[in-house]
Amino acid sequence: MPDWSRVSLHVVTGKGGTGKTTVAASLALALASEGKDVLLCEVEGRQGIARLFDVDPLPYEERRIAVGLTEDGTAPGTVYGLHIDPESALLEYLAMYYRLGRAGRALDRFGVIEFATTLAPGVRDVLLTGKVFEAAKDGRRGKHARQYDAVVLDAPPTGRIAQFLGVNNELAGLARVGPIKTQADMVMKLFRSRRTAIHLVTVLEEMPVQETADGIEELRAAGLPLGGVVVNLVRPRDLGAEQLADAQAGDIDRTLVAADLKGAGIEADDALVEGLMSEAHDHAVRRALEDSQRTIVAGLGVPGYELPRLPGGADLGALYEFASLLKDQGMA
Amino acid sequence: MTAPRKTSPRTRNRARVGPLAAVPASRATPLDTDALIDDPHTGIIVCCGSGGVGKTTISAALALRAAERGRRVVVLTIDPARRLAQSMGIEQLDNSPRPVTGVQGGSDHGGSLDAMMLDMKRTFDEVVESQATPAKAQQILTNPFYIALSSSFAGTQEYMAMEKLGQIHAQAQVDDSFDLIVVDTPPSRSALDFLDAPERLSSFLDGRFMRLLLAPAKGPAKLMSAGVGLVTNAMTKVLGAQVLRDMQTFVAAFDTLFGGFRARAQKTFELLQADGTAFLVVAAPEPDALREAAYFVERLSEDRMPLAGMIVNRASPAPVGALSADEAMAAYARLEQRGHGSVAAGLLRLHADRSRLVERETNLRDRFAAAHPRVPTTVVPALASDVHDLAGLRQVGELLAGG
Repeated sequence: MPDWSRVSLHVVTGKGGTGKTTVAASLALALASEGKDVLLCEVEGRQGIARLFDVDPLPYEERRIAVGLTEDGTAPGTVYGLHIDPESALLEYLAMYYRLGRAGRALDRFGVIEFATTLAPGVRDVLLTGKVFEAAKDGRRGKHARQYDAVVLDAPPTGRIAQFLGVNNELAGLARVGPIKTQADMVMKLFRSRRTAIHLVTVLEEMPVQETADGIEELRAAGLPLGGVVVNLVRPRDLGAEQLADAQAGDIDRTLVAADLKGAGIEADDALVEGLMSEAHDHAVRRALEDSQRTIVAGLGVPGYELPRLPGGADLGALYEFASLLKDQGMA
Repeated sequence: MTAPRKTSPRTRNRARVGPLAAVPASRATPLDTDALIDDPHTGIIVCCGSGGVGKTTISAALALRAAERGRRVVVLTIDPARRLAQSMGIEQLDNSPRPVTGVQGGSDHGGSLDAMMLDMKRTFDEVVESQATPAKAQQILTNPFYIALSSSFAGTQEYMAMEKLGQIHAQAQVDDSFDLIVVDTPPSRSALDFLDAPERLSSFLDGRFMRLLLAPAKGPAKLMSAGVGLVTNAMTKVLGAQVLRDMQTFVAAFDTLFGGFRARAQKTFELLQADGTAFLVVAAPEPDALREAAYFVERLSEDRMPLAGMIVNRASPAPVGALSADEAMAAYARLEQRGHGSVAAGLLRLHADRSRLVERETNLRDRFAAAHPRVPTTVVPALASDVHDLAGLRQVGELLAGG
């Protein structure tokens, strides 16, 4: 049984540069490989999903972007992509709940739409989270509304995540009665429930790990449900523990290495051997740092998963590879 | 995903050997950061870039290096990592520059370093307090709409970073406290929101929406048309009457202050365009970060902002020697066939991995340079360990200077 089988809304956050979009996409594929239909949403206007899956830029419309890969030949699920922008979300919201088609246009003319989506406090986040809520809830409205088994959100970075998800709470405080209050309360109910899990992506470096720890603390304090920590971009492990210690201390037997290289048909001059030694040294220092950060991650009290750093970067093939790694580790 | 290569990987690897290997693509002009920070005409350096590229570290390292070379520097950071903030003595949020201890050599020729961390809400409060009468300031500061605006407003950080820059600059003009301000920009979604801040504020203030909000306070104005009624009704329906009332009270109380706000924002915008300002775009050698950097470069030139160059941070250090990734992997395979499990096998794999990484990064930089040949660039190799003290910043500063 996967760790998050009861969860229907997966929120994926992480410090910038840690690869949260890659992880969100891999998780969506992993869930689709379980036969689930998944909606993968992005809210930061970067079109990162389209780039990763190598498809045309996504509109404000649920588009089929990939299918999962099942091992036992059962029918795989489909991954749909959705690019949520606040303007479209607001107009859709007004049309859907208030039948304000005409007023919507008037609002636009008066600059209210621009005000609401760029200037007004938190409204942008309310609209973005509101649409995610609408996609994830049971019994969606509309003739063609598709019901998903899971929604994966490529969310804003760790530093902003509690504020982003908690914005409806703020709003419910600001508006003490009225339709906004009801809506905000409903959104918060889903975000705080067991049906939601917030996963944090990190790399094994001091700053991102610290930010992850701070993020976890903040989410706990806000009463938001934690998922797992995905450690991304893990360095290759071509040297064993003893070899690493030797490399760091400069104790690797140079003559032996030179002899082995010669045996493998390489002209091993001193410069090459010294070069390899210094590369090994740097690598050992980094690996030692990785290990100390890994200990900290293990102490955070949430399930952990790891994905390797591929020298060629992340592309569609890599996503399937990552998806199967996440599945093997029980994340999906 | 990768573009067609112009040269084979092997010749590429052979061409980039030794210390020169860390130098960017041949097409890019090198960026001389020391010349930039030594130039007394450089009064402001703005570091921008997407999140996670090490902007804060680069800003702090540049500021420290400038101070140790004799400038009187203040670095304005937005959200430094805790240990870095500790080492600079700015973990307490008091929203004003504090001297950093441990700056070396600079004091002999008059250099100094101050640092501060931006407190967004406090900066906003201070602006209100300085612009309004005490009674009015109190009225604004307790308005629920203002409280939300000043603490959670998606763009407030950008406005306030620029506001603070304007303040420090104005103060330095008066008391000659600093001759160089280094600014780290907020990790905003579009990362250039701060450039739009004055423009957005202005268009909002001049907009019909503002007049609409002010209408009830100013009595039944001539503005009242069918459109206004429609909009007011829609907003009441969606927001509820009470939220709308809070907004109207806020706008009415704030009305007289807006002019001042706009003037300040405009002044800061002009300050950014002025001769003494230099923008540095920080990127990592990754497709996303470089795409953002390209956007920045284009946007800055569009707004006629003085772009000094680009810093590619945390590049993988180039492998030493002329052994290509393919050769290393072939040799590794031969060793493995003998069922050896030797150190040499591991070293070869590491070398191949590093070569491929460097090749990919070089490729990405080449493509950037081909599209933006006039952007001077410097490459900072990744350190083996993390940076969290002045010694680390000093080291980054040396690497920035190409040392």
